[in-house]
Amino acid sequence: MSGLRVHQAGPACTVQDPGRPGFLGQGLSRGGAADPLALVEGAALLGQDAGLAALEIAGFGGVFEAEGDLRIALTGAPMAAEIDGARVAWNASHALMAGQRLSLGAVRAGCYGYLHLGGGIDTPRVLGARAVHLAAGLGRAVAAGDQLPAGRDRGGETGLALEVADRFSGGALRVVEGVQTPLFALDVRARFEATEFVRGGRANRMGVALDCPGEGFAAEGQLAILSEVIVPGDIQMTGDGRPFVLLPECQTTGGYPRIGTVIPCDLPKVAQAPAGAPLRFCFVSRAVALEAEARHASHLAGLRRAPRPLVRHPGDIPDLLGYQLISGAVSAHHEP
Amino acid sequence: MTANDRQIRPGFPALRPVGLSGMLVSFSDRLEEPANRAALAFRAAVEAERKAGIAETATSLASVFLRFDPEVLSHDALSDWLQGLLAARDWYAAALPGGRRLIRVPTLYGTDLAPQLEEAAAAAGMGVEAAIADLGTTRVRVLTIGFAPGQPYLGPLGADWDLPRQTALTAQVPVGALVLAVRQFVLFAASSPTGWRHVGQTAFRCFRPEAAAPFALRPGDEMLFEPVSKPEFLRIAARATDGAGGAVIGEIAE
Repeated sequence: MSGLRVHQAGPACTVQDPGRPGFLGQGLSRGGAADPLALVEGAALLGQDAGLAALEIAGFGGVFEAEGDLRIALTGAPMAAEIDGARVAWNASHALMAGQRLSLGAVRAGCYGYLHLGGGIDTPRVLGARAVHLAAGLGRAVAAGDQLPAGRDRGGETGLALEVADRFSGGALRVVEGVQTPLFALDVRARFEATEFVRGGRANRMGVALDCPGEGFAAEGQLAILSEVIVPGDIQMTGDGRPFVLLPECQTTGGYPRIGTVIPCDLPKVAQAPAGAPLRFCFVSRAVALEAEARHASHLAGLRRAPRPLVRHPGDIPDLLGYQLISGAVSAHHEP
Repeated sequence: MTANDRQIRPGFPALRPVGLSGMLVSFSDRLEEPANRAALAFRAAVEAERKAGIAETATSLASVFLRFDPEVLSHDALSDWLQGLLAARDWYAAALPGGRRLIRVPTLYGTDLAPQLEEAAAAAGMGVEAAIADLGTTRVRVLTIGFAPGQPYLGPLGADWDLPRQTALTAQVPVGALVLAVRQFVLFAASSPTGWRHVGQTAFRCFRPEAAAPFALRPGDEMLFEPVSKPEFLRIAARATDGAGGAVIGEIAE
């Protein structure tokens, strides 16, 4: 069976797809890719379904060898990428022929890079999905020696690239009010919006801690709150009054008060913010948020037509002199 | 009786949005038996309607959460529909769900495997023996499943056990840990940090992803954590490969 042999992998490489919705009532959060947009970009580059699984690579890449001829795509947080020592482009699709090695270095921006295979990664589904859910003990991180089986690839072009807007360095996040927003006084909410936060040291697929100088953000009657449902994007104020933004692998209920919820299309910016990146929050109305989501949905729908042929820089071609560069030239002296 | 007469707390039931595609129907802002029953019954009624646009539902201690697609079902349309359903009957008077079970789980109280029993007993104003006798004979109900897969919040315990959460977190309790606070137990489904006190240890796994029925418990089920000695517990834990941890399951006759 064709697939990808893992020779070396960072500590937090996991197979991810859009996750397993539908188990909230059983205490199992949806999980799935920390940056779902990257899944759609990879699917667009390979001309395949965005529900297929890819390898999510946190922070540091690894070395992978093709067992059988593969098509691959690289999306999400950009990493230095080489195939058999030759540099290849990020946000692009490539052929990885049997025996060729793909090496991925540390992220250059952002947190989560994605390695997609033509046909997807075909690990067994558990409870309807392939997404590894570390917090729930569903599956485990990829380790050296593993083989990631490729699903049946219907084939298609490689050497395509996608223009991708920066979502790897923090920025402004739109927030809607939630059930517990009124527990925060108006002046606390105003100060929250005016504060420049930075991503803190604690971050994983469950959530991301933010830091800021000065006073924290406390709710009124903070300790008396009944545990209530949590959704990804919720901004929880923990004991120290610092925000903790919940991500797809979060717990399903919690007793800490939440000042609001980051809207889904801005959530990849939170997941991808590297430590120290600036983040700000801005409350928006539900109408504004729904309009932003609708625009995002049409952006996703348009991605399928967005890939363009990769323009190779001559400096990236190690055996440039081996190419016949002048065939197809026409003589001006000959009649056509 | 008017809808107002039925309300056990002013302002409830309340409808409030959660994020952009969620709605919360709350029956109380504190844990009360009728509000918990109302939440279970209301969720069952919403599920039975299979309304287009509602993607999934869940209960917490005293509320029902609905995830929906605002492109298919607007916030206003969903609110109107839910208000109609709320007015249809007195949800606080609803019966518990049918098919409930009693699950008796062998439990080691105290020792190095559940090191906070003494501290919890002292906080409740009892000796260790009395605490084990009380906790080990109190039938508790699964009030909700949440936080981690299959993980139950169980209660109510006697009024002596209304202990606040610890301000500092215990770094890690293992799977099967029985922890206590605010007149409730939680039986941990996964190894986790917690602010609750670790009073007992079981070999019961709430989440068994490899099994035909991965989620061992349902809201409404009752549990009894029966004391066993440490050698007996260790024997059970070594033998139990199916995740049941020696538990005995019986139906509850309604």
